[in-house]
Amino acid sequence: MEPILVLDTVHKAFGGLKVTDGVSFSVMSGEISAVIGPNGAGKTTLFNQITGYLTPDKGRILFEDKDIPGLTTQQIVALGVGRAFQIASIFPEETVLDNVRVACLSRLGQSRKAFKPASRFREATDRAHRILESLGLQGDTERLGFELSHGDQKLLDIGIALALEPKLLLLDEPTSGMSPEERLLTRELIKKLWKEYQLTLIFIEHDMDTVFGIAQTVRVLQQGTLLAEGTPQEIRNNPQVVTAYLGEEL
Amino acid sequence: MDFSFFLSQLISGLTMATLLFLVASGLTLIFGVANVFNFAHGSFYMVGAYLGYQFIGVWQFNFWLGLIVAGLGAGILGILAESLFLRRIYGRSEEGGFQILLTYCFILLIDDLVKIVWGTEYKSISRPPGFTGAVQFAGVTIPSYNLAIIVIGLLVVFLSWWVLMKTRPGRITRAFAVDREILGVLGVNVPLTMTLVFGIATGLGGMTGALAAPLRSVTPGAGIEVIIDSLIVVVLGGMGNFWGAWLGALLLGEVNAFAVAFVPKWATLFSYLVMVVTLIFKPEGLFAPRKVRKI
Amino acid sequence: MEQVRNYRTGILWGLLAVIFGLVPVFMTSTYQLILASHIIVWGMFAVAFNLLFGMTGMLSFGQALYYGLGAYFVGLMVNYLGSGWFLPGMLLGILASAVLSFLLGLLIIRVHGVFFTMLTLAFAQLVWQITFKWYEFTGGDDGVQGIMAPGILGDQIVYFYFTLVLCLLSIWVMKRLAYSPLGLVLRCVRQNPERVRFLGKRVRRNRLRVYMVSSVFAALAGGLMAGVDNSIHTDMLYWTTSGEVILMSVLGGIHQFFGPFIGAAAIILIEDVVGAYTEYWAAIIGGVMLIMVIAFPKGIVGEVQRIKSRFAGSESRRV
Repeated sequence: MEPILVLDTVHKAFGGLKVTDGVSFSVMSGEISAVIGPNGAGKTTLFNQITGYLTPDKGRILFEDKDIPGLTTQQIVALGVGRAFQIASIFPEETVLDNVRVACLSRLGQSRKAFKPASRFREATDRAHRILESLGLQGDTERLGFELSHGDQKLLDIGIALALEPKLLLLDEPTSGMSPEERLLTRELIKKLWKEYQLTLIFIEHDMDTVFGIAQTVRVLQQGTLLAEGTPQEIRNNPQVVTAYLGEEL
Repeated sequence: MDFSFFLSQLISGLTMATLLFLVASGLTLIFGVANVFNFAHGSFYMVGAYLGYQFIGVWQFNFWLGLIVAGLGAGILGILAESLFLRRIYGRSEEGGFQILLTYCFILLIDDLVKIVWGTEYKSISRPPGFTGAVQFAGVTIPSYNLAIIVIGLLVVFLSWWVLMKTRPGRITRAFAVDREILGVLGVNVPLTMTLVFGIATGLGGMTGALAAPLRSVTPGAGIEVIIDSLIVVVLGGMGNFWGAWLGALLLGEVNAFAVAFVPKWATLFSYLVMVVTLIFKPEGLFAPRKVRKI
Repeated sequence: MEQVRNYRTGILWGLLAVIFGLVPVFMTSTYQLILASHIIVWGMFAVAFNLLFGMTGMLSFGQALYYGLGAYFVGLMVNYLGSGWFLPGMLLGILASAVLSFLLGLLIIRVHGVFFTMLTLAFAQLVWQITFKWYEFTGGDDGVQGIMAPGILGDQIVYFYFTLVLCLLSIWVMKRLAYSPLGLVLRCVRQNPERVRFLGKRVRRNRLRVYMVSSVFAALAGGLMAGVDNSIHTDMLYWTTSGEVILMSVLGGIHQFFGPFIGAAAIILIEDVVGAYTEYWAAIIGGVMLIMVIAFPKGIVGEVQRIKSRFAGSESRRV
């Protein structure tokens, strides 16, 4: 298997605070992996650097052998990196269908069309319906984004990301704020999507059942450094991780 | 260009700069503290000018007392506007747009109110006794009222600096710009503070209107010119930046004074020119610290 | 669902065309014809403005700039070169607006929120000042009178239909835009620009696009108005004109496509009726708007839709 994403001694500091302190790892193509760590460990900051929101101070980030730092978010998206946000980032006053359709249109290069109604773009519409179906939102297509439940908004956010046909999908705490039942469903759903869309998937998560339930590889961040990396089994048995982090939760 | 001409334009520019600063600082204060853009700020200036005319020109109040009364009147109007109307839209989505709309309604109402009360003719106030003459300095004749304005401006600058930096209300005010919610938790009456700040800023604007009235005649519709000038000052200085506003006012005042001397007809265009150049090269304001602005 | 909607909008368009189309037949004075023309032209102008504000979330306080530009191209060309230049002047005014809005847009869409609003205001006032002071060329405060369209267009009724057709056509084009993929992207820009960036779309470029589109239609409205009033005046460039179009949109409802048109009709009729009794109609409109902004921010059409959907139990479609 090929690595699709390579981080090589990435550094980032805000003032004196080192939020990413020499992180290196490689993510294999087709892998589903989790990033865990206490609050403030630099997980979201890492995502922000991979997606071009922040530029590392030092080090390299390669996606399919192309340098990420210096590219704009648009360019990174075009390369095939998708992202869903910790707080669902949707278009609250558009219908659920349009939320995904706008992304499909963008992916198909049709979002500059200014005369034909968006609803008459067959391919984009069909794709949007397919994605909503695989998310289980097919019954809500005509509702407005803000009318959805918190959990469904997070799914919709993932749907928008999926519509862009990413090779690498980053999910920031996909189950946060959900009830235990919703969590279980979302966990299964993520696994299903990963298979169905043949994604390389990285998720940040605090819910350990989700992490150990679906991740093939787990990476532990602590104070901006990579504390450990391995299979769920290895991480569970890593004494460092247990004392630093897992002890309190397991 | 001889020196005395230069000096007299310099002083005239400084006078204008002081007035500009006094108005623009109120605009910046409200924006920085309450995050409200008061599009009607110029109208409060105009109300102040008319109140000054009413008290000083018509009812023969003492000039300086009249200034204060005019400021108080505009401030009370500001407090009413904030607590009766503006307050109701805080926190609404797309609040910025609605703020402008609401304060635009204030402009429409205040403009017509002024026309109803004072008519549409030009009004003016005579200079206060003791300041009608001029001072000779290095061969230049400087109207003593201009000097008075400059001195008052400096006093206000230092007074507001002192209040903001050294007193408890000042610290609370500054903290507002950073985090409003924390202050609420700490027991500060947030709505009341916002109202008061709004009142102080509009009062300052009104007082400036009265202060400027002996130099510029008072007309309805003066508000929009004032708001655009203040806006240019704020663009030059950077929004919410106290010293920036001062420097911006200084630059605009001087540019204007010299433009008036050389190309009187097109003088006002130079203010815009300065703004356009600033926008092209440093959109965050000439005197603002460079910030990364992602769009 | 879709078909019902098409059917309904078809009726709406027909109604609009018939109501205005019949004005020349039933009018009792040319004044009514001018009033109807004002509603149509201002309505189109307001719809164009609302592409910026209601749809994309960019509150411009300077659309008078392009409206005035369109009018002055027509007025000055007719004045200096003869009435044969009426239509070319209109076309050139539109082109000039496209170029100017592109150049100015590059400058001002870099800033957001109130700064964008105030910069649009400042630039419009700049052009107003130049026009006002350049008396020898523009006629300054006197403006230019006696602007007549050539040939058959010089007939008031023919010109009315000319205006009606162009405005309805423009509104139709803008409606297509509003529901097109680009329109969808622009609405998304208003609601969540961060996410739009993550769709791989450039927010700035889309803002510039809609700014240009809106400005071009504003110029067309201005050019048409020069022929309706047979005159141009610096007030067309003044900030109150920009303000007027904002008030129309908000009164009618900024999140409904036809809201601004309804608002334009309402404000013009209010001005007409109230203006007969008092010269202080601005204060009355100010008071009405104050209440609207605080209590009914959705505007006339938005509130009607809300009441309707409460009974029908479905959410209405928004722009």
